[in-house]
Amino acid sequence: MLGKSRLIFPGEKVLLAWSGGPSSSSMVWQVLEGLSRDSAKRLRFVPGVVYIDEGAACGQSPEDRARTLAEVKLALQTTGFPWHAVALEEVFSLPPSALRCSAQEAAGTEGAYKAAVDSFLQQQHALGTNGVERQSQHCAQDPQSPAGPPTTAQTQALSRLFDSVKTLTAKEELLQTLRTHLILHVARNHGYSKVMTGDSCTRLAIKLMTSLALGRGAFLAWDTGFSDERHGDVVVVRPMREHTLKEVAFYNRLFAVPSICTPALDTKAPEKASIHRLMEAFILRLQAQFPSTVSTVYRTSEKLVKAPRAGCAAGPRCLLCMCTLDVDTADSATAFGAQTSHLPQMQTPVTQARAAAGPCCCAGMGGAPGCCKREDPRAQVMEQLCYGCRVNMKDLPSLELLPPYILSEAQLRSQRATAEQEIREYLLGDSEDEAGTGES
Amino acid sequence: MGTWELSAGRPQSLLEVVVLLPASALSRSLDLPAWVLFRRSRPLPPLQDPTMPAPQCASCHKARAALRRPRSGQALCGACFCAAFEAEVLHTVVAGRLLPPGAVVAVGASGGKDSTVLAHVLRELAPRLGISLHLVAVDEGIGGYRDAALAAVRRQAARWELPLTVVAYADLFGGWTMDAVARSTAGSGRSRACCTFCGVLRRRALEEGARLVGATHVVTGHNADDMAETVLMNFLRGDAGRLARGGGLGSPGEGGALPRCRPLQLASQKEVVLYAHFRRLDYFSEECVYAPEAFRGHARDLLKMLEAARPSAVLDLVHSAERLALAPTARPPPPGACSRCGALASRALCQACALLDGLNRGRPRLAIGKGRRGLDEEGPPREPQPSRPPTSEPVPDF
Repeated sequence: MLGKSRLIFPGEKVLLAWSGGPSSSSMVWQVLEGLSRDSAKRLRFVPGVVYIDEGAACGQSPEDRARTLAEVKLALQTTGFPWHAVALEEVFSLPPSALRCSAQEAAGTEGAYKAAVDSFLQQQHALGTNGVERQSQHCAQDPQSPAGPPTTAQTQALSRLFDSVKTLTAKEELLQTLRTHLILHVARNHGYSKVMTGDSCTRLAIKLMTSLALGRGAFLAWDTGFSDERHGDVVVVRPMREHTLKEVAFYNRLFAVPSICTPALDTKAPEKASIHRLMEAFILRLQAQFPSTVSTVYRTSEKLVKAPRAGCAAGPRCLLCMCTLDVDTADSATAFGAQTSHLPQMQTPVTQARAAAGPCCCAGMGGAPGCCKREDPRAQVMEQLCYGCRVNMKDLPSLELLPPYILSEAQLRSQRATAEQEIREYLLGDSEDEAGTGES
Repeated sequence: MGTWELSAGRPQSLLEVVVLLPASALSRSLDLPAWVLFRRSRPLPPLQDPTMPAPQCASCHKARAALRRPRSGQALCGACFCAAFEAEVLHTVVAGRLLPPGAVVAVGASGGKDSTVLAHVLRELAPRLGISLHLVAVDEGIGGYRDAALAAVRRQAARWELPLTVVAYADLFGGWTMDAVARSTAGSGRSRACCTFCGVLRRRALEEGARLVGATHVVTGHNADDMAETVLMNFLRGDAGRLARGGGLGSPGEGGALPRCRPLQLASQKEVVLYAHFRRLDYFSEECVYAPEAFRGHARDLLKMLEAARPSAVLDLVHSAERLALAPTARPPPPGACSRCGALASRALCQACALLDGLNRGRPRLAIGKGRRGLDEEGPPREPQPSRPPTSEPVPDF
């Protein structure tokens, strides 16, 4: 699958996101196998493994967490790759640049890929086999663990954040967002240009339907496609997306792939607790009745493209998920308009409904006066989110508990927006390009 | 206050009622399978306490509040809610520029709650919009179901003094009623695919009826729940063509087809039922006889569960459907004209003609599924390959 897509160039540093579960363990195992094979099908990139310890968000006790971490370290050391075990609490020390998408590197053309492979093979011949062995030894001796366990203050802040979220759906989404940011940060810090996640076909089908239900229909191609380039310099790749969970289970059993079971946010949660659980139960039940369900959904997902729907220009990006914003103006005849414009209409009789819809400044985006924006920090942050993230943030009563990098980036963006508003009439032509390069 | 359990063919989940009315008044009009129960979307004071006064209406501040809107949790009296509902429909029509002044609008009336509410609201808004209405009812020939529904439509037409036209499948499609179609497709070992036939033929019948009355626009009463179910169902069945076509507020009418729209598209089903209740509308609310076989039932169950987990799920799904971006190859080809009847078609034969062709030839599944071989051939027809996933079957099976 990797060879077909020609996405990963030889010699590139790739970070494997390992959660301990069967799919990601299978992926790590297959990478191990692929690297050691002496054939034309040999994988030619330089891998590293990252494990995110989410015990604080799931409410695990410190002893359980320490035990799991010990098992994880043992497993990671046996792979022989450079590994990083990061605690989720580190989101509190992330810089705001984690939310900025840097300029994208030019995608390699066919010719470039072939040339890269040829030059890499030549290098390998020149170095001989000794060079490769030395490289892997050097990596295994380097523990790469971060500065000690997280502080209790950070752990408490994280548990406070997750306890304040009202619904399990929003908690899971928040966890996913924070996890993604952390993985990207680790990748950027250590120079990895690609991240591979072990999402299987079944999981991606569930994720697609869940994203539909959460209002993320515009971004399905990025959420469930093979490659996800919305973060700019780091590309997220999903190599396991053609294997169903059943196949992964068989593979793991046949090849005795080790995996570690850690409790997640929705372990033992009732079926109706969150949209994710509902969708998972529904799809698996439907799959039992109609065996083609998962593959049908997967095939439909392949037909999705990453462009915004015709007529929507590229605009500002969402603060949390970094996709182009997909919200309309407050009073349009769309689902978004229906949810935001009902408020002014309720307060006046029917005949004045349309006239009163204008002055309400809490109704979404679209030319509201700058004064009321600054007074309401929550509205400030909400404006910079896409539809799906907005619905999730509604379940978070106070945005102050969010990690500081999110809040500071939100403030920075809104300040820049208001500044641009003020000087707009003096700007000549399109200053988007100049502003873009100055962002990072 | 109590909870009601539905006794329709499909088990429904138990939800609490939010309407602050005496239980008896509500149950009289609610003991029907199509009724959707309510759930509290905001924390409320205990309703069982009789000493606690009901809140004031948030809009007119005069009358006692009679309900809470499912979407926002606002307490309103009946009149204000109806006014707000009508205002929102008006806003949808005006903002989406769906019905220009002077339009002759054919309302697809089935006798059910959606089309009843649609007809009533449009009748109220007709002077403001400058449109004239005609009711068009379609008789599919489903015994025991459609006759009772048509009786309801006739009563409505008489009460509202709107002209009514009834078009029957038997007249339009050479004697093929839905019951005959069901008999013809039964016994093949697979599902009957009744909804496939009925849906396509009904669109055609509606179009014919609209032309008979000289209409310029066709409106149907699809609500937000219908749109949400449709997008879920199309994803589960892998129908990329329909996904690419749907999502907007209706079709502008390409080729010779009349422009169609759905003014109730952004109103949730609960609000439609509430409106019908407060305006004391008389409608027919039994499930179609063939409904339990439909694939849409799965999507409907899923939607109910999603709504219980997150009240805004319906509008979130509609928003997702609006914003889907499909590859150009997955989109349906630009429409041409059917070679037989001249209606809008993306292939040589429009779907209605293709289905009827299959029925007449004694091979009802001819036009269902990809491939559609045998349609253009006169020789011994070949079966479409079973390994290709069928696109228009409601129940995929292998």
